[in-house]
Amino acid sequence: MTTSIVMQGVNHWFGDGEARRQAIFDVSLEVTRGSLTVLAGPSGCGKTTLLTLVGCLRSVQDGSVRLLGTELHGASAMKQQAMRRRLGVIFQAHNLHESLTALQNVLVGLQVHGRGGDADVQEAAATHLLNILGLGERITYLPARLSGGEKQRVAIARALVSNPAVVLADEPTAALDRHSSLLVVRMLKALGRDRGVTTLMVTHDDRIHQLADQVLFLRDGRMTAGAN
Amino acid sequence: MNWISRGLLGRLPVGWLQLRHHRMRLAAAVAGVAFANMLVFVQLGILSAMNDVVRTSYSPFRADIVISPYNTNTLTDGATLARRVVYQSVAQPGVAAAAPLYVGQVAWERPNVPATSLIVYALPPESRRFAGPAIAEHLDAVSVPMRAILDGLSRDVDPAWAARASPDTPLEFEVDGKAITAIGSYSMGAGFGWDGSLVVSDLTFIRLVRQRSMGTPSHVLVDLEPGMALAPALAQLRGALSMEPVKVRSFAQAVEDNVSFQATEVPMGSIVGAGVLLGLLVGVVIVYQVLATDVAAHLRDYATFKAIGYSHPYILGVIFEQALILAVLGFLPGLASASAIYALLAHATDLPFGMDVGRSLTVFVGTLLACMLSGALAARRLRTIDPAELF
Ligand SMILES: Nc1ncnc2c1ncn2[C@@H]1O[C@H](COP(=O)(O)OP(=O)(O)OP(=O)(O)O)[C@@H](O)[C@H]1O
Ligand SMILES: [Mg+2]
Repeated sequence: MTTSIVMQGVNHWFGDGEARRQAIFDVSLEVTRGSLTVLAGPSGCGKTTLLTLVGCLRSVQDGSVRLLGTELHGASAMKQQAMRRRLGVIFQAHNLHESLTALQNVLVGLQVHGRGGDADVQEAAATHLLNILGLGERITYLPARLSGGEKQRVAIARALVSNPAVVLADEPTAALDRHSSLLVVRMLKALGRDRGVTTLMVTHDDRIHQLADQVLFLRDGRMTAGAN
Repeated sequence: MNWISRGLLGRLPVGWLQLRHHRMRLAAAVAGVAFANMLVFVQLGILSAMNDVVRTSYSPFRADIVISPYNTNTLTDGATLARRVVYQSVAQPGVAAAAPLYVGQVAWERPNVPATSLIVYALPPESRRFAGPAIAEHLDAVSVPMRAILDGLSRDVDPAWAARASPDTPLEFEVDGKAITAIGSYSMGAGFGWDGSLVVSDLTFIRLVRQRSMGTPSHVLVDLEPGMALAPALAQLRGALSMEPVKVRSFAQAVEDNVSFQATEVPMGSIVGAGVLLGLLVGVVIVYQVLATDVAAHLRDYATFKAIGYSHPYILGVIFEQALILAVLGFLPGLASASAIYALLAHATDLPFGMDVGRSLTVFVGTLLACMLSGALAARRLRTIDPAELF
C-alpha cells in the first residue's frame, strides 16, 4: 500500500435545516505513505474539518475517505475508535491533562493499546521521546509548570509515542520557536523516511511548506492546487 | 498506588491522580462519605441495640409456646390473661406442662441514685423447666417470700456487688417501699424503657406489684411432650382457646414479632429506619456532587482520550475508579468514628452498642453501591463530549 489517505468526492455539511451550510465541496486528494503533506489555506476554508474526517472524529457524510486501506464512509463507531488508535493526533491546543505529569501524559498515548506491556519499557520509551524533544529535565512536571512550547512538545510526544501509522497535526508548531519547529518537522520527516509514518499537517509556516513532500491548498472548502 | 494501578488497572491511575490534584475537594468528599457512613452506622447500631435488648428481655425464660393476650406486642404491654388458660393448655394432648408468667414494673429507690425502674418477672417456683439456666438454679430459693434474683447488669448497679448475692450473703434493698432480699444474680441488662430486672416467685410478685393477682398472669408458657411437633400443637391450642382473647405463638415467633414491632411500629424504630435512608441519601448526594463536578471539569480531557482512541468504558472506568477510592477512603474514618461513638453510647446508656463484622461489611458494600450509583449518575454528562471540537 503506497497511499495512506485517499479522499474522493468528499462533501461535508454543518448544521440542520435552515442553518445547514456546506463546508467541504467535492474534495479529492491522495497522501503517499511516508510523506509529509501540508494542508494550507485561509482561515475558515475547511482544513480542520478535513482533518477531523480523516481522524475519524466526524462521520463521513458524502464521498469516500480511505484511511490505511479502510473505507471510513459508513464505518461503525467501534471501527472508528479502532482506526483512531492507529493515528497520532496533535491538536492546535495542546490538550494535556492537568493532573498528569509530562511523562504520564505521554504514557496516556501509549496505554491506549490496552493493558499488558511492561510498564518499565513504556516509561523508557516515553522518557526517550521526551529527551529527544528537549524535555528531559521536565518529565515529572505538571502542565501548569510548563511553557506553551513545552506543553506542545509533550503533546507531540503523546501523539508519536505509540508509533502511529499516520500523524494528523493541526498547526502543531504555532506555539513553538523556530528551532523547536524545525526539530519537530525533521523528526516527522525522519519517521516518514525510516518507518513509513505518514504526516498530514495544517500549517501556515512557509519554511515547513518548503520541507514538505506535498502542499495542498484549500479555499472555501474546495481544493485549488496541489504542488509536489 | 503504583503497583496497585499496574496490577489492577493495567494503566495509569488517572482517576486517583485527578482526585489528588484537587486536595480540598478530595478532603471534603472523603469527609462527606465518612459522615454518611457514620450516620448509617449509628442508626444501625441503635436498631441492633434495640433488637438485642428485646431478645435479652426474653432470656430469663424458655418455653416451646407462649400464649399472650390478643393485644400484646412486647413482654410488658398488653392486658392480662385468665389463669384458666393454664389449665386449658395443660389439658391438651401433647402438652407436657404450662405455667403462668407474671410481668410487672417496680421502682427501686436507693439513696443518692436516681430512681431505677425494674421489670419484675415471676414464675411459680415449681415451674423450673421454664426458667433460663441462670435463673433455674436459684428458683427454689426464691420460694421464700420477698426473696429475689437480681439482674446484675441493671443500671447503676455494680456487677461485682450483685455477683456477691447468694443465700449465705443476701443483699437487702427496697422496691416500691418494700424490703426485698436478693439471693442470686443473673445477667440481662437495661433496655429502652427499663433499667434492669428482678425475678421473684408468683407469691412475692402479687405483694410487690399493686393491683395484680395470681388469677391474672401476663403470659402462659407451654412445653410440649418430646416428639410433639410445633405446628400441629399451635393449631390445636388455638382451636382449644378459640373463645379466649389470646394469641398463641411459638416462643421464637413471639420474640421475632416483638423485634419487628419495635423496628416498625414504635416511633423510635421508624425514626431510626428513616435515619439509615437519610445517611445513604447524604452519601449519594455528596459523592454525586463531587464526581459530577470532577466530570464537568475534565470533559475536555475525556474528549482528548476519545480522540486518541480510548473507549467509552475506559472513561467510565476512570469515574468508577474515583467512586471506589472515595468509598474506601470515606468508609475507614466512618468506621473508626462510628466505633468511637458506639463506645460512648454504650458507656452513657448501658445498652449493648458495639461494632460487628457483619454490619461493617454490609455498610461497606452499601457504601460501594452508593458510590457506584453516584458515579453512574455523574457519568451521564459524558454524552455531551465531542472529540471533534478539540481541534
Ligand atoms: N462545529 C461546527 N459547526 C458549524 N460550522 C462549523 C463547525 N466547524 C466548522 N464550521 C464551519 O466550517 C468551515 C470550515 O471550518 P474549519 O474549522 O474547518 O476551518 P479551518 O480551515 O480550520 O480554519 P482555521 O484556519 O481558522 O482553523 C467554517 O466556515 C466554519 O465556520
Ligand atoms: Mg482550523
